[in-house]
Amino acid sequence: MSKLPLRARVATSVSGAAGRVSRLAGRGDGSVIGGVLGLRIEPELLRLLAVGRQVVLVTGTNGKTTTTRLVSAALGALGQEVATNAFGANMEAGLASALGRSPDAPYAVLETDERYLPAVIDATKPRAVVLLNLSRDQMDRAAEIWLTARRWRRALGAAADCVVVANADDPLIAWAASTAPRVCWVAAGQRWHEDSWCCPECGSHLRRDELGWRCGECGFARPSARWVLSGDTVVDDTGQVRELALSLPGRANASNAVMALAVASYFGVGVDQALPLLRNVKSVAGRYTQVERQGKLVRLLLAKNPAGWLEAFDVLAPKPVPVLLAVNAQGPDGRDTSWLWDVDYRILIGRRVLVSGERGTDLAVRLEADQVPFEVVSGIDDAVSRINGDELDVLANYTAFQQIRALLGRAQ
Amino acid sequence: MTDRAGRHAAARDPAETLILPAQQRVLGDGAGLPEPPARPAAGRHANGNGKGGAAGPDTAASVREPAAAEPQEVAPAADQRPWSADGASKLRLVWVYPDLLSTYGDRGNLLVLCRRARLRGIEVEATEVNSDQRVPAHGDIYLLGGGEDLPQILAAKRLSNDGGLEAAVGRGAVVFAVCAGYQLVGHRFGGVEGEPVSGLGLLDITSGRGERRGVGELVADADPALGLPRLSGFENHQGVTTIGPGARPLATLTHGVGNGDGTEGAYAGKVLGTYMHGPALARNPGLADLLLSWAAGPLPPLDPADEQWAARLRAERLDHVS
Repeated sequence: MSKLPLRARVATSVSGAAGRVSRLAGRGDGSVIGGVLGLRIEPELLRLLAVGRQVVLVTGTNGKTTTTRLVSAALGALGQEVATNAFGANMEAGLASALGRSPDAPYAVLETDERYLPAVIDATKPRAVVLLNLSRDQMDRAAEIWLTARRWRRALGAAADCVVVANADDPLIAWAASTAPRVCWVAAGQRWHEDSWCCPECGSHLRRDELGWRCGECGFARPSARWVLSGDTVVDDTGQVRELALSLPGRANASNAVMALAVASYFGVGVDQALPLLRNVKSVAGRYTQVERQGKLVRLLLAKNPAGWLEAFDVLAPKPVPVLLAVNAQGPDGRDTSWLWDVDYRILIGRRVLVSGERGTDLAVRLEADQVPFEVVSGIDDAVSRINGDELDVLANYTAFQQIRALLGRAQ
Repeated sequence: MTDRAGRHAAARDPAETLILPAQQRVLGDGAGLPEPPARPAAGRHANGNGKGGAAGPDTAASVREPAAAEPQEVAPAADQRPWSADGASKLRLVWVYPDLLSTYGDRGNLLVLCRRARLRGIEVEATEVNSDQRVPAHGDIYLLGGGEDLPQILAAKRLSNDGGLEAAVGRGAVVFAVCAGYQLVGHRFGGVEGEPVSGLGLLDITSGRGERRGVGELVADADPALGLPRLSGFENHQGVTTIGPGARPLATLTHGVGNGDGTEGAYAGKVLGTYMHGPALARNPGLADLLLSWAAGPLPPLDPADEQWAARLRAERLDHVS
């Protein structure tokens, strides 16, 4: 702390106090407001707070919060403090706030909003940047994803002393990472193809087979990977195969875990050391949490865009366990519900589907088009009271998830 | 699903088989899904050949005639229905280049058309044609979705070289084009840096890039000649579109940006475009039925129970804006 200039020291102590006030006032977890005040006093705060630390940035459309948590858990093996923005406050203020709360941590693992990645790379001089995936998300406020990838290319091309850990199975990620001086390619899988039918380099139709993807015209192709996710096993960069056996459910989290293992190995944490720490992670910022309500078990899943819903369907309890789908369209969700039409709901046939949220009617029209029977309910308690069994899965987008979580009490 | 593709390939032109590789995604009409309840058969088919094309004006230039607002007629006896299940007369929906032109929910328009046709007993064959495939010229309704700048430019080039869509329009097929698709059926649109790029010239409109992006809810009153209720949609674009003498505005705006001059969308003959992006037909079932009627002739009304959720959604969105 003493190495910070006076203005920065004032800024961090003011922002820490503001964060405490915010938490005490019940206005939030305090992770953003402190950083906003701090940045107003010292615009270079993030840069100053990052000096001398080994920083890992984690970005992508889906899996940022979980992967950040997994990388932090793995780096815990080093026995030193790791600063992290564990609650998804992933713009500059949230990052500054996370570093300010842990002034002496030599390591920092920071979830970074896709749009802010270039600025945050410039400010924090990261040792590693993790690129998970890119797909359509909140089109009313986010840039088109090809433009995002193009901005990343410039920033990563200029990042010295940094390894980019990138998902080779996502063509747009591969294109974005290919300008970086040093890349560790991970075959982490990609189930959502709707945003990568075409070559990011030349626009031609991409060909796919079991080995990956390749452009028939310009020759841009999937890079060969050093780490591979294969079923529930990871193949590391020496070719050794180990079972993941995570507590977190689903293929998407297996993918996040392999990315985290690759990052950890760059910091000297081997797979055998890291895996038990990853297996200990059972819930991330309320996701996958199980809560008891009216004597029934409610499991909370968060997904914010069509690729996320595709992965979330993968982790639903087996049929016929019912599911409540809750959709809002507030600012943080994106005000446009068009994305609901990019999800295939027919996989839900055979279980009871309940619908709620401020934009439940949009979802009702969508389900009707897929001929999926549904019931519109007034909220989580109505849903719980209607089900016959003792289990309910809840899949919600961002603010709908926060509303349900608040109602159920912040069980974690 | 694949047997649907197979039947499609085998049914008519043998040459067709060559352009239907396994990669081409064909939506089955409900394979694996519960059958929709039986409905009255479709209305009288004006040209009787089951291929559509009689209800609207025939060419893109004949715009002074009001397009296709015939009153709905009572359904004839089932044995007269034009869309029989024998494979000879299906309504063919073609989604053009979903690999390039599908940014946010564009599939919705295809699904809404399929549903509303099937509820009336019209058999539907929906085909998705990617940009490395030929566009079939024998479809009844063609759908073009939204896209980013580069895919839009590439789609315009490929469609122009391919010629299938133009041939289809020449035959009297219906085109419903959204956002980037709307711009590219016109004469010109703005490229990556705003430079003019040639479109297909299927609709007498010219587009360029505006000062700022129009993002949000859109409400507009349709051209009275179309006999449609108020339109509701969501727009997200930076285009400005000028309508030439060979086309008419689809609607007059009461909320939103649309073409940039107080109007929204355009149509001529059976080519219709709009800035209401993504699943525009989900909120505008009347517009969906207009497109279906242009291809299939007058349609019987649906059971109100089948309309309740779309009606509620319309009411919610219109209420939200007012």
